[in-house]
Amino acid sequence: MSIPAMEKERRQYTMSLKHLAVFGLALPLVLTACSSGAAPSTSGSAGSDQIVVGLITKTETNPFFVKMKEGAQAKATELGVKLLTGAGAKDGDNEGQVTAMENMINAGAKGILITPSDTKAIVPSIEKARAAGVVVIALDTATDPQSASDALFATDNFKAGELIGQWAGKKMAGKTPVIATLDLQPGITVGAQRHNGFLQGMGLVSGIAADSTDLATSKEVVCAQDTHGDQTEGQTAMENCLSKNSDINLVYTINEPAAFGAYTALKNAGKEKDVVIVSVDGGCQGVQGVVDGKIAATSQQYPLKMASLGVEAIVNYAKTGTKPTGYTDTGVTLITDKAQAGVDSKDSAYGTANCWGNK
Amino acid sequence: MSSALSPTIDRRAGIAKVLFGSPILGPLAALLMASIFFAIMSPRFLSGPNFSLILQQVMVVGVLAIGQTLVIITTGIDLSNGMVMALSGVLMASFAAQKGLNPVLAVALGLLVAVGFGLLNGALVTGVGLPAFIVTLGTMNIAYALTRIYTTSTVTGLPKSLTFLGDTFYLGGTAIAWGTVLMVVLYAITWFALRYTAAGRSVFAVGDNIEAARLSGINTKRVLMGVYAFAGLAYGIAALLLVARTGVGDPQAGQNSNLDSITAVVLGGTSLFGGRGSIVGTLIGALIVGVFRNGLQLMGVESTYQVLVTGILVIAAVSVDQLTHRK
Repeated sequence: MSIPAMEKERRQYTMSLKHLAVFGLALPLVLTACSSGAAPSTSGSAGSDQIVVGLITKTETNPFFVKMKEGAQAKATELGVKLLTGAGAKDGDNEGQVTAMENMINAGAKGILITPSDTKAIVPSIEKARAAGVVVIALDTATDPQSASDALFATDNFKAGELIGQWAGKKMAGKTPVIATLDLQPGITVGAQRHNGFLQGMGLVSGIAADSTDLATSKEVVCAQDTHGDQTEGQTAMENCLSKNSDINLVYTINEPAAFGAYTALKNAGKEKDVVIVSVDGGCQGVQGVVDGKIAATSQQYPLKMASLGVEAIVNYAKTGTKPTGYTDTGVTLITDKAQAGVDSKDSAYGTANCWGNK
Repeated sequence: MSSALSPTIDRRAGIAKVLFGSPILGPLAALLMASIFFAIMSPRFLSGPNFSLILQQVMVVGVLAIGQTLVIITTGIDLSNGMVMALSGVLMASFAAQKGLNPVLAVALGLLVAVGFGLLNGALVTGVGLPAFIVTLGTMNIAYALTRIYTTSTVTGLPKSLTFLGDTFYLGGTAIAWGTVLMVVLYAITWFALRYTAAGRSVFAVGDNIEAARLSGINTKRVLMGVYAFAGLAYGIAALLLVARTGVGDPQAGQNSNLDSITAVVLGGTSLFGGRGSIVGTLIGALIVGVFRNGLQLMGVESTYQVLVTGILVIAAVSVDQLTHRK
């Protein structure tokens, strides 16, 4: 063996020892991080006969799902069961949710609560889980078809849209509505239900099937744009709508982030006083928007309730063998400080007391 | 090294090399340590069915990462693979389930589109001389847009023949998915080709020093075209695995897969500077991500921590590459 070759050999040897050293240092660090992360959810009795409940949300970051997780955790702690949580990497990540579901089944989950990111794509995986004897409850968003899950605990999104539509109809009485709709994205039931409910509530369309995924149209709607429920995209969409028609006087938004984006665009155009914005969600920041006069009215929903009912239902199944079935409406309330005669609503103080997310 | 003169030393060096000198030692040690940790933390981790599940969960990214490894060895990078996979998978699903095409032909069509994207990437890199990062950034967006133009709704009701790779067979009481077998076979073929064929060795030569490779008589453009086309084929096969695994054609799939596949490659010890790399390492890299995801879930840790862990491991792996090859 030549000297350079031996030198090379020796160097490779040292290299791999360095490999080992770096990984050796990194791993304990990582594993410590994991153990400390595990602490909250494995606290309490971690016996192997403990009931395990899984909760899979669309993302980990959206305050709506954070609140949902809080609700589930509180109920799980109260009932002395173990809660596993998981989520997709981002909204629309079906495979991430599938993976979380498989892992939870392997972890011995009796039932799984899921907010499906892709209402159709998740169905074959839910069928597999149910075939393995696991109860699957959809929270917030129905699977497509709805019967793919054992039960659905959700806001009636069509009604949520209808409430702000009825309110806007009264509010705009005597004026000709010129409407922009800032929607979710094509093909998602929640987005179509709120949009269609809004138009039906205003009396502009009628007889729309509540489970349709197609957006209804009417001549008063001069601009319809997708926002994916995102504030920045909401602002861009509103700017484009104003370029298209500067007479817009009523804006429907899929959720409150999109509503704030629309408000910023209107403010930049000097039109924020002349245009009415309505929305859906009832998050704390959204209700604050009602207090500040940025959002005129919003339909408030209750994620914490969805999750705690879900955990109860699964624990009940684990104890008695009774599966939850059908649809449970978790309620929706119209929040506004400009109540209109004939439309039930609560003021922003009530909204703040019952909101989700950080105040 | 002259083995004829010093066979004993050489053999000893060989054993040492296998034990300590292999670039996959670090990743392998990480995989083993993580597995031991999770086996202690969760009684459910160390079981045949759970390992089979982890394999199923990494098979899509694992096969994508085969193509990514080859591209990275040639100093390239492929950002388009997830979107090409989504397009290919949606086409397979839609042509078989909605357009009544024979499933075999539908799969062939999907593979063809994926290889076509590979050839397009290769042609732009070699012909126009654009950096792979820019080329694949462009084709990533093109593939994404084409998918959305083709359909925005998930394709369901797939024929059984399209999803058979998701079906399982029993080996000693453990259900194993056919797709994972296909993944392992693909790794074996690629490993053999890289190590024992002239074409495979010229891939490393081009990545190490493209000018030197050209001067030594290697047709570097043909090698690069071959690498991108092969990568495209791997993405098409990954699409078939994805369709089999989820049972649907999902136009929203694959949006993070490019970064996930790069993560597997980097964790496996392949250098982002090209010329050095290990296909077996990539498989181990993919398994590390899968083991952490599964193990943390079994322990009841939220998935944010899994992302944190992946981040730390990637930095550790690249640090290893930097430290050991500092000139």
